[in-house]
Amino acid sequence: MPALILFWILAIVCIGAALTMVTAANPVRSALSLVVCFLALAVYYVTLSAQFIGAVQVVVYAGAVMVLFLFVIMLLNLGAPVTSSTKGSNQNTAAVALGAILLLVLFISGIFFEIPGKAVSPATAQAQGTVKAVGLTLYNPHLPWLFPFEATSLLLLVAVVGAIVMTRRQV
Amino acid sequence: MLTGLVAYWDNLRDGIYRLFIFPEYWHGIRLPALVPYVALAGIFAFTLGILPMLIWIERVVIGLMQDRTGPNRLGPRGLLQPPADVLKLFFKEDIQPGSIDVRLYYLAPFISMLVALSAGAVIPLQTVTFRNVHGGLYTVPVTPGNVNIGLLFMLAASSLGVYGIILAGWSSNNKYSLLGGLRASAQIISYELAMGLSLLCVVLLAGSVQLDHIVNAQNTLPFGIHWLPSFLKGSIFSWYWLQSLIVPVVIYTVAMIAETNRAPFDLPEAESELVAGFHTEYTSMKFATFFAGEYVNMLMICGLNASVFWGGWLPPFNCFPFTFIPGFVWYILKVMMGIFFYTWLRATLPRLRYDALMNLGWKRMLPLALVWLFLLAGYSLVRTATAPHITPTAVVTVAHVAPGR
Amino acid sequence: MVPVSYYLSLSAVLFTIGVVGVLVKRNPIQVFMCIELMLNAANLTFIALGRFYGTSVGEMYVIFALAVAAAEVSVGLGIIVTIFRTRQSIDLDETALLKS
Repeated sequence: MPALILFWILAIVCIGAALTMVTAANPVRSALSLVVCFLALAVYYVTLSAQFIGAVQVVVYAGAVMVLFLFVIMLLNLGAPVTSSTKGSNQNTAAVALGAILLLVLFISGIFFEIPGKAVSPATAQAQGTVKAVGLTLYNPHLPWLFPFEATSLLLLVAVVGAIVMTRRQV
Repeated sequence: MLTGLVAYWDNLRDGIYRLFIFPEYWHGIRLPALVPYVALAGIFAFTLGILPMLIWIERVVIGLMQDRTGPNRLGPRGLLQPPADVLKLFFKEDIQPGSIDVRLYYLAPFISMLVALSAGAVIPLQTVTFRNVHGGLYTVPVTPGNVNIGLLFMLAASSLGVYGIILAGWSSNNKYSLLGGLRASAQIISYELAMGLSLLCVVLLAGSVQLDHIVNAQNTLPFGIHWLPSFLKGSIFSWYWLQSLIVPVVIYTVAMIAETNRAPFDLPEAESELVAGFHTEYTSMKFATFFAGEYVNMLMICGLNASVFWGGWLPPFNCFPFTFIPGFVWYILKVMMGIFFYTWLRATLPRLRYDALMNLGWKRMLPLALVWLFLLAGYSLVRTATAPHITPTAVVTVAHVAPGR
Repeated sequence: MVPVSYYLSLSAVLFTIGVVGVLVKRNPIQVFMCIELMLNAANLTFIALGRFYGTSVGEMYVIFALAVAAAEVSVGLGIIVTIFRTRQSIDLDETALLKS
């Protein structure tokens, strides 16, 4: 029962923050509501016994990615709300209608979903989310995660070089 | 003669230690379950209690270093100066500037204070030993939350602290504040990388990110050299500042000063360029909350430094006069040494120029930390091959688990 | 224990909010944030299913998603900064270089 109450509180925070992000005219407010949403998701990950992912979510998303967003917003002085040129056009109505259809489809596929077989005990799940367990799985040569992991490092390197080359001022 | 004396003291020490072993149940209360609450109360009380004193310490130390007298008017040696300052801040007029983003403006100081305090949730102060009903002994770390992501939690908390500064800078609607917030975000993102890499060096050696495991992993003979005398076990030479071959602790120390925006890296509030930076528009208690948040942040970062690089609750030598002093006293001493270091640097070094700051972070410290991480990885590989008995626990389990999966 | 369908439904709601945001917003930074929200909704699904199936596969996927998202953000924000430098505006409707 406490788990269910926590779920609903977090769900309200999460969805409320996401809605605020979409509806806010001001990018800084959007970014802050998204941070709140990410923090709520990190708590979800911890309750789903993925402690490592929860911590990484806070460090990467809330600590680095969103700070970068805020930095760019403030650097380009985009604090003032952008007046939308499509205000009152059909695009918004169409978007919301299509979104409703998508939500319906996703809901139908999600809400009746049940996993066959016996439930996984919390102790087993708890042991799977620790830093040690994640590391052992990620670096195990008999499992298929090691090569993608190293490929990701190459991707990150390319991204770093690309970002520097793109934003460098022409000398 | 000397060995007899040492043996005598060792016996005495063991006798005294036996007094500090608690039973598991006391009048039907399970004592280990109370440990987190005691730790929480202790950390809160210490952090909030020492705050006014920190300002006094800083003023006196700077006064000594600059050959001045420092505070000397109120009370003996100016000791009543901090309470007077707090009173003054309480009764100052609370000014709310026009054309600000009111909600974010009031939220910002509390974010910076709250996030700084939350980092204390995983700090281990010392260990206590309990005897269970069968007579077996086991130790429990005195920490509010003994989680397996301790170090990551500290990193997360320290990286969230920047939001208070960014929000203050943005919501004040003042270009100096905005520039301060911008500088803070760029600086903290840049130095977090070097900080994380230097902490990774220690994680590599300790084989765990749980803070009490990291401290316990330092409780060995220096570099695992088994013929050294036992008073060096867990001594100052086996802590990770030396075992990680000094460079990581230097990088971490520089990065921690940049992370907390203190001199010589206090560009977000550089008074000669930006009036007062991000807190230009803040007065009275709102300013005091920012100020207190900065000091709490310093305490927490120094606490992490003390437990990761300087042996946490371990005494500097494992012999008579040092081991009688309880672990949390050593821990607090180490934290206060960190605070003294902060003050020392503030009194000594001039502020960096902004491009020099970025150069130092990206072009010097980051590559150095990366190279050192690789060197240490090789070093610990060699050590695992030559002396398996001193490898960290996690590495040993890899050898057991991997073939089966 | 909260059933897995709750998590899937929550993630569906978050994903839809992200999709609608991408379609409605004109500020590319806000569009970008909506994409991040969609990624996170997918991550929640991975973690929840991994937890209820008792495997660590979900967590592995989320680790890769996080790394790729970090790379994507650095490049994407770089593009936005460059567009702003050349055009002094980043409105998505005005940024139609390939059209003209």
